[in-house]
Amino acid sequence: MSTRQAAAEVVVVDYGLGNLRSVTRGLERAGAAVTLSADPADLDSADGVVLPGVGAFSEGMDNAGPFRETLVEAAEAGRPLFGICLGMQMLLTTSEEAEHAGQGDAEGLDLVPGRNVRFRSDLTVPHMGWNELDVTRDHPIVEGVDGEHAYFVHSYYAEPDDPGATVATAEYGDDFAAVVANDRGNVFGTQFHPEKSGETGLRILRNFVDLC
Amino acid sequence: MLTKRIIPCIDVDLDEDGKAAVYTGVNFEDLAYTGDPVEMAKKYNEAGADEFVFLDITASAEGRETMLDTVSAVADEVFIPLTVGGGIRTREDVKETLRAGADKVSVNTGALDRPELITEGAESFGSQCIVISVDARRRFDEEGEHYVAVDGESCWFECTVKGGREGTGVDVVSWASEAEDRGAGELFVNSIDADGTKDGYDIPLTKAVCDTVSTPVIASSGCGGPEDASEVFTEAGADAALAASIFHFDEYSIRAVKEYLDDRGVPVRL
Repeated sequence: MSTRQAAAEVVVVDYGLGNLRSVTRGLERAGAAVTLSADPADLDSADGVVLPGVGAFSEGMDNAGPFRETLVEAAEAGRPLFGICLGMQMLLTTSEEAEHAGQGDAEGLDLVPGRNVRFRSDLTVPHMGWNELDVTRDHPIVEGVDGEHAYFVHSYYAEPDDPGATVATAEYGDDFAAVVANDRGNVFGTQFHPEKSGETGLRILRNFVDLC
Repeated sequence: MLTKRIIPCIDVDLDEDGKAAVYTGVNFEDLAYTGDPVEMAKKYNEAGADEFVFLDITASAEGRETMLDTVSAVADEVFIPLTVGGGIRTREDVKETLRAGADKVSVNTGALDRPELITEGAESFGSQCIVISVDARRRFDEEGEHYVAVDGESCWFECTVKGGREGTGVDVVSWASEAEDRGAGELFVNSIDADGTKDGYDIPLTKAVCDTVSTPVIASSGCGGPEDASEVFTEAGADAALAASIFHFDEYSIRAVKEYLDDRGVPVRL
């Protein structure tokens, strides 16, 4: 936790996918000074990094390719790295989505070992809407949100190799990982969109900014 | 568990000074000025709305620019999903609306005229942001494809355009199914018959669509209070209920509607 008076400087990785307006406004509302960046060099001076994302896994990994090394270095240096939705899935090792698309070699960042799998075929996908969070272990990112609802839009979900990497679950057919984190605790992600999850989402963004 | 959603909707037009303003139909009479779009969006964001729908009713080229600016101003204040509809006819319209800050676009006439727009939108931006909206009207003749019994008579539902003034001959249930196959992520079902009545949603219509598709269905038109929302969830199987005037004129709060639903075992976000 920082003791500086200045606002935490957060870099949102802009790799050309999706609308980053809401996540930027949400982080600003949470007290951060936000920079949208398409240049990996900008990550060096950041207090924290957000990896957003919508769309397909392999396309996301391709587009985020130039950031791969810098993101891994930031994580190893212990800096907070927050993946949102597809950005969370990219923290894992691989995804069934890429395999289904015949792109089995698409590799994630492997910062939270595991793979992303598709929801059971009897369930309507995407899983879309507000679902309840069940916090399963302590982590600063989920402070104050146990039992609250968050907004999800996704067809795949994370299955970390280490069940202990799951921080919170939600139920859709079965329980699935809604929030994951690495052992050290500085790399974490939410399957839902905090920037679309009302007060609960803003609380999570504030929790993140506090960590930066 | 997924909750049922309560969604306030604003109709936005340009006022005399060319500024975006919310108007609401009152008892079938003229549209009444209801407020500033950004202020209303903020109010509903704070009141516990699950999503917010913004419909551009100007349907004019000059209004479009102002509307996109207003969408951006709303998006900056609303930390819940934002759907924007009205006059979206091309892939480019979809793109610029999403870019302005919408999470989803609602397409009606543009998709009926050219169904490929659904496919293009879904492939380019993802199904989750393509909402297909229909303005359904009951017809009691022999020209439909899917019939349901309504008050002892057999009726089908026709897709209309221009606010119900023009029929298309397209069966709503068949169209819903095609829209889903083409990649629509949600269906937004309005009823010309129920609109403005406050007598409740068109249950046979909503149920006919819900029974046909697995895509989430947002029921619209006719909401007069919490019991109507309850009925459309439990009787018709809707995933979300949209309402305008009961919220705009403070007849009910969003919280009051949700508490009513919660008391009856309908899962909601409180």
